[in-house]
Amino acid sequence: MQKNNNLKKALFLSGNEALALGAYEANVKVASAYPGTPSTEIIETLSTYDGLYTEWAPNEKVALEVALGASIAGVRAMASMKHVGLNVAADPLFTASYTGVRGGLAVVVADDPQMHSSQNEQDSRHYAMASKTPMLEPSDAEECRSFIRDAFRISEEFDTPVLVRTTTRVSHVKGLVYPEGKVREVAEPGLARMPEKFVMLPAHARRRRLFVEERLRRLREFAEAYGHNRIEWGSKEIGFITSGVSYLYVREAFPDASVLKLGLVYPLPEKLIKGFAEEIRTLYIVEELDPFLELQVRAMGVECIGKGVIPACFELNTARLKEAINGEKSEVFEPVKIPPRPPALCPGCPHRGIFYNLSRLRLYVTGDIGCYTLGALKPLSAMDTCICMGAGIGNALGIEKALGEDASGRVVAVIGDSTFIHSGITPLIDIVYNRGNTTVIILDNRTTAMTGHQPNPSTGRTINGTETNEIDLEALCRAVGVRNVVTIDPHDIDNTYRVIKEEVKRHEPSVIISRAPCALLPEVRRLRRPVFKVLEEFCTGCRRCLKLGCPALQWTGIDREEAERRGRPKQKGYTHISSVLCNGCGECEMVCRFDAIVKEAEDA
Amino acid sequence: MHERGNILFCGVGGQGILLASEVTSEALIKAGFDVKKSEVHGMAQRGGAVEAHLRYGSRVFSPLIEEGTVDVEVAFELLESVRYLPYLNSHSRVIVNTQKIFPPSVATGVEAYPEDILNELRKRSIEVLPVDAFGIARGLGEVRTVNMVLVGVLSGYLPVDEEIFIDVIKHRVKKGFVDINIKAFREGRALQL
Repeated sequence: MQKNNNLKKALFLSGNEALALGAYEANVKVASAYPGTPSTEIIETLSTYDGLYTEWAPNEKVALEVALGASIAGVRAMASMKHVGLNVAADPLFTASYTGVRGGLAVVVADDPQMHSSQNEQDSRHYAMASKTPMLEPSDAEECRSFIRDAFRISEEFDTPVLVRTTTRVSHVKGLVYPEGKVREVAEPGLARMPEKFVMLPAHARRRRLFVEERLRRLREFAEAYGHNRIEWGSKEIGFITSGVSYLYVREAFPDASVLKLGLVYPLPEKLIKGFAEEIRTLYIVEELDPFLELQVRAMGVECIGKGVIPACFELNTARLKEAINGEKSEVFEPVKIPPRPPALCPGCPHRGIFYNLSRLRLYVTGDIGCYTLGALKPLSAMDTCICMGAGIGNALGIEKALGEDASGRVVAVIGDSTFIHSGITPLIDIVYNRGNTTVIILDNRTTAMTGHQPNPSTGRTINGTETNEIDLEALCRAVGVRNVVTIDPHDIDNTYRVIKEEVKRHEPSVIISRAPCALLPEVRRLRRPVFKVLEEFCTGCRRCLKLGCPALQWTGIDREEAERRGRPKQKGYTHISSVLCNGCGECEMVCRFDAIVKEAEDA
Repeated sequence: MHERGNILFCGVGGQGILLASEVTSEALIKAGFDVKKSEVHGMAQRGGAVEAHLRYGSRVFSPLIEEGTVDVEVAFELLESVRYLPYLNSHSRVIVNTQKIFPPSVATGVEAYPEDILNELRKRSIEVLPVDAFGIARGLGEVRTVNMVLVGVLSGYLPVDEEIFIDVIKHRVKKGFVDINIKAFREGRALQL
């Protein structure tokens, strides 16, 4: 409440925007990331500030290595990523924990409980313990701003990378943020030769291993007095130990209870926790996902209630928390059954032409991470696996090696341009090296679409939109040894069908590059191509066009009388094209066998 | 004067829901409230159902509205007005744009667009305020102002002066579209006067 006096200065920011502001205030000099929901806006926002370098890296491992390099050069640096990105960056993280830092190094990881836009809901807090790295966990946007400042300070004071973990409801929740201005310049940039610290030969690493253990001991002491580990006393009948967004649900649901709010979730302040627990009659540990705090608190010998009642799956909210603790669900209206409204490929999406044809060819499709994962949904239903960034290509080779001739010509991998650069090149090399016959389709829509149109190495633009070297995907594929590289326009339905059919038959590796820009890119929107319409007298109601799954195509049912009037008594309905939704890609015109779909007059 | 409130914005991706919730949030902040707004990005956005939770008060903790506690729901599409029924209660007020946007199963003829859907709200004694926001916006010559028409209607139920809203719209909307958006806001606001 006292902060409301400061309203004139307050900004209304998301957690991600606040992390960028805090990092800017802390004088971060180099920041690298790979886009991934819910983390994307951190670096995107940071790139709008002056006086620092930001970049989209090809993947999270590279992002962290770049940030570590900047830290080794003595400046403050940051890498940010979504939870699954930290799996990719885990390799440098575990050894960066040994080397420690010169300039402060913050690693921001955004988890996605509920899997709003993810393939799993892993709990990244385990990485803190596994890599022996401290982790801060802000609850809201203002804490994002102030915690990232703390992260750089702790990093330098304790010679360690510092993890900052958010979740979707911290990253994407907007709240009031109170800027503090920039900290004084602390960096001492320059090349410093410190092989015992930065060359992790076994002999050096063994010494650093002992340092890491000593550092953890000192961090535990620090945790006891750290201001963002704080007790809010209330009734001592029930008390809560909690952190992150869960703290907000606890305060909402149990405003009178005592709360120990942990800002530093690893390592934990044992004395503070035990002292709190002694005062409390019934102690709950409230955390989303895994019993990360609970297991540690129990290991201290403190009795508590945690995942015995608090759900481990999906995100929490006030109602779920009340239900878990009070044991009763408050009565609310039951949902009414109405047609669902799932996400779908946009009108004019270039992926549609590929998946329509993959569906026609009944191929087994090993997919990947991006908008095109929606190709798995009806009516396209043309994806059989989707695991993680780059997995589709390796999956296809594995299937082929397992089944031999039985899989020949029946399996194809699809992967987006950005995903291919992220993790698709190495499995493509595996196909060439180990004599696979796999066909890989690279869906090059000239952007990283799903996360909101970030440029990537194959687009020829940097994070700031400046022109840069453009990776030539065709040359890259040839360079690793793929002899058959064909580029197609996926909107040309018939050619796409023919090329895919030919390429999957080959008894050697082949790559099809499907190139057409995302329908939502400004340059495509500006085209304002003429839209299409249905000539009702020609439409027989065969529904072939509906197999494209285009949101602009809408079925209108007709009755027997109407069908007879149209001279086709068995006709059940006809297709209508929404002129508001149609973007003029023309795929439906090519698919129609009755010439019933035509361009609206260009002057209309 | 309401001390606190929960506003649920819902509709279909691309209808300007996020801007509407943004303008409302900023107006409430200027009126002196603490505000939290929650939304979801990424895969959840692609043409699917979109929702934004806005909570205001002297101090807001949870960023999510608890089920059964929505004060005002602003539905940008007819069908979407009933999708979040568990969040409503019999005192909730639902402002609904009567425009229909077919979900995929309706567009492909698998199922029909439900008839008389607002009855599901009315029979639970929820106050329903149907608004032809799309018609009003089209009348103004800019269909993309549907969101400001609805914010205009909503503003009549919030403890915020009209001038604060006008001021926020001036700052938030792209130059060249400010006047038409203010006009749309005023048309919406005038509806219940």
